[in-house]
Amino acid sequence: MIDITDLTIESASNLLSKKQMKAEELAKLFLARAEVLNKKLNCFITLTPDIAIDQAKRVDDFIAQGQKLNDLAGIPIALKDLFSTKGIKTTAASKVLENYVPVYDATVVSKLKDANTIFIGKTNHDAWGHGGSGENSDFGPSVNPYDQKRVPGGSSSGSAAALAATTCIAATGTDTGGSSRLPAAFCNVVGLKPTYGRVSRYGVIAMASSLDSIGHMTKTVYDNAVVLNVTAGHDEFDATSSAEKVPDYTDGIGRGVSGLKIGLPKEYFEKLDAKIKKVILDAAKKLESLGAKVTEVDLPNTQYGVATYYIIQPSEVSSNLARYDGVRFGNFRDSFGSEAKRRIILGTFTLSSGYYDAYYLKAMKVRRLIREDYLKAFKNVDCLICPVSPTLPFKIGEKVDDPLAMYLADIYTVNANLAGIPALAVPCGFIDDLPVGMQIVGPDFSEKLLYQIGYAYEQETKWYQQKPKI
Amino acid sequence: MNKYEPVIGLEVHIELSTRSKMFCQCSSDYFGKEPNTHTCPICLGLPGAMPKANSQAIEYTHMLGLALNCQIPLSSKFDRKNYFYPDLAKGFQISQYDLPFSQNGFLEIQIASEHTSGVSKDAARHTPEVGQARTKKIGITRAHLEEDTGKLNHATIDGRGVSLIDFNRSGVPLVEVVSEPEMNSSEEAKAYAQKLQQIVRYLKISDVDMEKGSMRIEPNVSLRKKGEKSLPNYKVELKNINSFRFAQAAIEYEIKRQAEILDSGKIPVQETRGWNEFKNQTVSQRSKEAAHDYRYFPEPDLPPFEFNKNYFVKLKKSIPELPDEKFKRFQDEYKLPPYEIEILTRGQKVANDFEEAVKIGNPLGVTPRQISIVMINKKPDMGPASIIKGIVSSLTIIKVATAEELHEIITEILAKHQKAVEDYKSGKENALSFLIGQVMRKAGSKLDVNSVKSMLQEKLRE
Repeated sequence: MIDITDLTIESASNLLSKKQMKAEELAKLFLARAEVLNKKLNCFITLTPDIAIDQAKRVDDFIAQGQKLNDLAGIPIALKDLFSTKGIKTTAASKVLENYVPVYDATVVSKLKDANTIFIGKTNHDAWGHGGSGENSDFGPSVNPYDQKRVPGGSSSGSAAALAATTCIAATGTDTGGSSRLPAAFCNVVGLKPTYGRVSRYGVIAMASSLDSIGHMTKTVYDNAVVLNVTAGHDEFDATSSAEKVPDYTDGIGRGVSGLKIGLPKEYFEKLDAKIKKVILDAAKKLESLGAKVTEVDLPNTQYGVATYYIIQPSEVSSNLARYDGVRFGNFRDSFGSEAKRRIILGTFTLSSGYYDAYYLKAMKVRRLIREDYLKAFKNVDCLICPVSPTLPFKIGEKVDDPLAMYLADIYTVNANLAGIPALAVPCGFIDDLPVGMQIVGPDFSEKLLYQIGYAYEQETKWYQQKPKI
Repeated sequence: MNKYEPVIGLEVHIELSTRSKMFCQCSSDYFGKEPNTHTCPICLGLPGAMPKANSQAIEYTHMLGLALNCQIPLSSKFDRKNYFYPDLAKGFQISQYDLPFSQNGFLEIQIASEHTSGVSKDAARHTPEVGQARTKKIGITRAHLEEDTGKLNHATIDGRGVSLIDFNRSGVPLVEVVSEPEMNSSEEAKAYAQKLQQIVRYLKISDVDMEKGSMRIEPNVSLRKKGEKSLPNYKVELKNINSFRFAQAAIEYEIKRQAEILDSGKIPVQETRGWNEFKNQTVSQRSKEAAHDYRYFPEPDLPPFEFNKNYFVKLKKSIPELPDEKFKRFQDEYKLPPYEIEILTRGQKVANDFEEAVKIGNPLGVTPRQISIVMINKKPDMGPASIIKGIVSSLTIIKVATAEELHEIITEILAKHQKAVEDYKSGKENALSFLIGQVMRKAGSKLDVNSVKSMLQEKLRE
């Protein structure tokens, strides 16, 4: 008897290709679990059982015909509801789009379709991606499977909760300021924010276009590499996607960390909660014990990250949300929630004539300095290790009346978005039974290296095996 | 009225005739098509859709910039111009703000010199038919690339007034050419717009059809006291103009209207006024109070452009001979009067036909001038071969007449009309016209007037 909560992409793919289980059977198990747990976790906005069964049957046909399939074939996945799915309602977790059904698939969605994954459903998140807790969803917050009184982190809250609760084996996320990494850390899963331009944004509802990157979450580092193998690559429909060659991210993942130089950016540890600090430093020590060299590095402009981010991001948000005026589709503008309204007002102000130079333009200059900090640091070290979140998963409702406190949840994640560099959130332990994640941050297009380091650490620690009690 | 000098600048929008739209694969040939059939997620601005720049449209814009003597920056970018209008799918228009594809150029127009002070030396180009004229340079501030909007159609359905949106035009590439406020009459503004249209036609980058809306003119008009050099402290923008005639009429109307306001001691309101072709007047549309703050910022979905010199070298080679160059060459090569060259070089087809006819006609003894006269006086679209055929056959008639009959006829007519001969000899020039008429009538066949005239003059000198 298989316990599906043990399954990874690697093991499930093995089961299917060895014909120990049919894709349809697997899909049904996950669909049933999603159906039940969604009532507790509110992690899905839409479940797509009919589509999942169709997709699974097709995979079974392919297997029966003896076709060689991709590692993701037959793997149940969940899609954040910002990803346009042809014929499947895509709400952006906002009342504005509560009845919107796209006529086309996002590039990543069509890639996942082509890879014969099984769509379990569309996950809940902070409306439009605005938030760090999932509480800004117009369809109610998702809850953390490790403690149902607490948030799963956001904005990709439903994806992280759905995955941690094993209602899928992988889930997509977006990451504009930490939206894949933060929930990954809060839910004990692996979350990637790829290099800007590594994964096509086409068809994913835009939040802040110069910061948005298309990530995903998996239970293990290896699984994460398998998904990126499918999603990465240039897309003619996304002019900002990179033509940089896509390597096989799983190839050589087990090389270890011997000889690698890892930097600890001292600004990230100065005011850090002592317990979290200890967990992160223990992780660094673990990597040191595996042969890596750990040194302290400086990222002097770190402190300006959140301020810079909260100028650029709302500016772009205000422009990107302008099309939701109720004229062509969706509901009228009064359907926007308060956080979206707040960002529209902020961004409209910072782009206004007379203020543009002082806000947007200045923020873009600071952004460049932040990126230069990283480039300088990467001359001396191969990657950086730092915390994902300044706090443990907090209680639902704890910060909803204090937007500024909520924004500070992004303090350790936004700088990678400002710099455009990749970062991988990897589980690194528990405090009071609540998950803690660390970030491995590297230079442009260093995802392969991040996986190699994450994998080495994970093989030693296997935090992913600590499942939530639900 | 004479107290004031009009100050006029023009914003001209030109839809480029690329196959696909500016940022998507939809066909840009939208005119007269079933509404919303040339659309896709990108030009409808659906959630998640992203633009992809049409490189052909960028090339066309650069070609126009080069043809307008502009500086072409090696780096450029698109920006978002944020504003709300129901026909604007994304809630912003992708346009260009501070780094347009071309800037600081000029074009030259020919103007009658009484409108200006200080006639330039090269005014001699012009024939009496167009009066004393001179060349005036009009500065081009910029020529930038953007996307067109959809179109609103106001209709009544089931007794209810509704506005329907057709997005076929949404995303069609649109070049905006902005002039300096350097025109001082409606004639100059018209000449500028026509010259711009001619250049664009030469480049074959748009059909620049005012009626179809592929060329749209928005003049800015204000008045200053004659002799003043600074710009007036207001300006009125004119819209809804779909022909050169309306452009001129609207500017004329506006000059009068503003002069009356200034005469009464007031300053005209800074506003946008539309041309009402039925009332023949401009009507206020929007005052300055409602002016937009467009909140421009760099379009994050389109990386900035870096162009290399090689690209421009190639592009320059693809630019055909332009109207001014052609004009000058026709003057040098064919020694034709400017008035005729102007007509022959209005379009490339006629100019090419002319040159082809010159080639065919040369070994047959047909001169460029003879061809020019035929092409200008008759329909010019008969094709070079038949032009020459026509000229050669008429020459043949003249030769026959000259040799045998014409001499006799002239002698006969001169003998018959002694009074006219005397009149002519005593200096009455129109007596000659009378005699020519008599000869022509007597001959009864098609004769070349000039030949008859010169032969008569010869005879009369005897």
